Amino acid sequence: MSKFKGKTITLAHGSGGKAMRDLIDEIFVGGFDSPELALLEDQARFDLTALCEHGDRLAMTTDSYVVDPLFFPGGDIGKLAVTGTVNDLAVGGAKPLYLSCGMILEEGFSIDELMRIVASMKATADAAGVRIVTGDTKVVHRGAADKLFINTAGVGVIPQTVNIVANRAMPGDAVIINGYVGDHGAAIVDARGELALESTIETDCQPLNGLIAAMLDTCQDIHCMRDATRGGVATVLNEFASSSDVAIRIEQGKIPVRDEVRGICEILGLDPLYLANEGKLLAVVPADAADAVLQTMQAHPAGQEAAIIGEVQAQPAGRVILATGFGGDRVLDMLVGEQLPRIC
Amino acid sequence: MKFVDEFRDTEKAQSLTREIHDIAAHLEKGRTRPLQLMEFCGGHTHTIFRYGIEQMLPDSIEMVHGPGCPVCVLPMGRVDDCVALAERPEVIFTTFGDAMRVPGSRKSLLQAKADGADVRMVYSPMDALNLARQHSDREVIFFGLGFETTMPSTALTVLQAKREGIRNFSLFCNHITTVPTIKAVLDSPDMMIDGFLAPGHVSMVIGEGPFQFITKDYHRPLVITGFEPLDILQSIWMLLKQFDEARCEVENQYTRIVPKAGNTAALEAISQVFEIREFFEWRGLGSIDHSGVRMKKAFADYDAERKFPVENLKIADPKSCQCGEVVKGVIKPWDCKIFGSKCNPENPMGALMVSSEGACAAYFNNGYIKKTA
Repeated sequence: MSKFKGKTITLAHGSGGKAMRDLIDEIFVGGFDSPELALLEDQARFDLTALCEHGDRLAMTTDSYVVDPLFFPGGDIGKLAVTGTVNDLAVGGAKPLYLSCGMILEEGFSIDELMRIVASMKATADAAGVRIVTGDTKVVHRGAADKLFINTAGVGVIPQTVNIVANRAMPGDAVIINGYVGDHGAAIVDARGELALESTIETDCQPLNGLIAAMLDTCQDIHCMRDATRGGVATVLNEFASSSDVAIRIEQGKIPVRDEVRGICEILGLDPLYLANEGKLLAVVPADAADAVLQTMQAHPAGQEAAIIGEVQAQPAGRVILATGFGGDRVLDMLVGEQLPRIC
Repeated sequence: MKFVDEFRDTEKAQSLTREIHDIAAHLEKGRTRPLQLMEFCGGHTHTIFRYGIEQMLPDSIEMVHGPGCPVCVLPMGRVDDCVALAERPEVIFTTFGDAMRVPGSRKSLLQAKADGADVRMVYSPMDALNLARQHSDREVIFFGLGFETTMPSTALTVLQAKREGIRNFSLFCNHITTVPTIKAVLDSPDMMIDGFLAPGHVSMVIGEGPFQFITKDYHRPLVITGFEPLDILQSIWMLLKQFDEARCEVENQYTRIVPKAGNTAALEAISQVFEIREFFEWRGLGSIDHSGVRMKKAFADYDAERKFPVENLKIADPKSCQCGEVVKGVIKPWDCKIFGSKCNPENPMGALMVSSEGACAAYFNNGYIKKTA
């Protein structure tokens, strides 16, 4: 049995001494179980020739995770910290390979919970086919951080044939989403327990690199792709429209939204199109490839509910237009301020 | 989804829209200007924009988006008072979420929170009372705002606090009343509004009676309206029928929620706790007689204005703001000199840009289509 069982984090665990060494050895090196980490060097080292076999460009990204609560239906901060960074690499067409993990722990944090979170990161990394190869741990005084913050950075490689950029949307292109919108945002509201709802909504938190690899096998020429995290679907569509100087016309009735999520949005006056997702991507693909890409997505576990939700048009350039399904259109703008406090 | 989709049915919308166009074409003969219909309530404004209802209407009908967004019309001085209360070290200041962004002359509640004030978002005043039970060493102030819709729940919470003898809970009362405000709009000389969609949830509390003077004294027809898009279309249709048949009545479209006499229990709670103020200051509209309520003396122990020094500063609206004219339908939001430039949702200068229910913010966010297309 672990000697850390039932213990809490103290400032000694970040002091650089023996307590820190023990924590790193057992919890992180043991938990993440990667050969690069086990060497205990100050940096992970990669063979360039092997990297070059995957493509011709290196992709790198970083993201920090501060979600409250740490555990929520369908996921936890650890799963989020791996999928979020994996997805940020994958939507650029990169094959994600390696992650770093920086943890900022609040004094008094439960080590049992830390172990659960590390195990969740390891399981998610295995499922996504990436390794956590380097890390850092800091402990701060009680109150200086909220339980646990995680930063992950990721490295991946983009194949020669792929060129996914936000400014490549062209009139006629189809806009595809890989499933239900708003699950993560709604799950977090639900998990805070302030509403006492009967139903439980699970986060959609999932790695998307497998799905994206399959999509690229079907069509190398995907024009734009982003994961719709904070700011939701509406924000990503606006980024495409503005970078590409085109209009994007979306049909409300074609956007998949679960009844439970609609319900929570109706009660709180939120719009699911602005809710955060952690396993949803929007892709802009040439019209002649749209059906084939859609079929590929629907055949993949991460894209069963995929749908074509709209198309790219020339005018009004820079705008996202939502056909409301009631008869009128409206502009779907960027979100001003925030819909929810501290989603991720 | 049941009880939602029925009220958003496309086919019903199309047939209503067709009839609206037919009647409007008939009414248009002999008119030199569009028929102006005011939806008073910010909730209606929100629905109209969310579903693109303005584009479904003929050009001869113009919707005027009234002053019924309580977040928008909150004057800067009151926000400053909120911030001052929230900044007291012993205070937990509780508020509905969308009031947090309203700018004061120094800062908004959101900024005050960032600067260290203990400001918490709640979904109901009862949540605030719960906080008071949990933190007996702190004073929990609830920021009560809104029309008669939210007044009963605030009143009931105060009554509950008194029953339980909870001493560390108080209300900063900024509730406002509907009827004097509609009257102020009707009395303004440049007003050209032909008919009203009356607020459904206010009516659920106060009933149909208080609106009768609008038809009798001001000869403007009125329909009490629900908040789903079909409710709005049906109410517009009902108003047009009144014009077409030369009737001028208070009609109730929202019968599934609004009883003729209102909700007597809610009215009773309101009258136990609140009394009319001589006048209340509105952002964009200035001072309106009898348009606000305060707590009765018997509840002084629960009245933040009596428990704490509240400056009640008057801070004039920026001179460049034309919110008053927009609210009365005299100009359209985009005709305002600072619309979209100096005044935008990120930095609202005027009341109507503050919340998504405000007419200017709604146009800014969703509404450009008709204007720019």
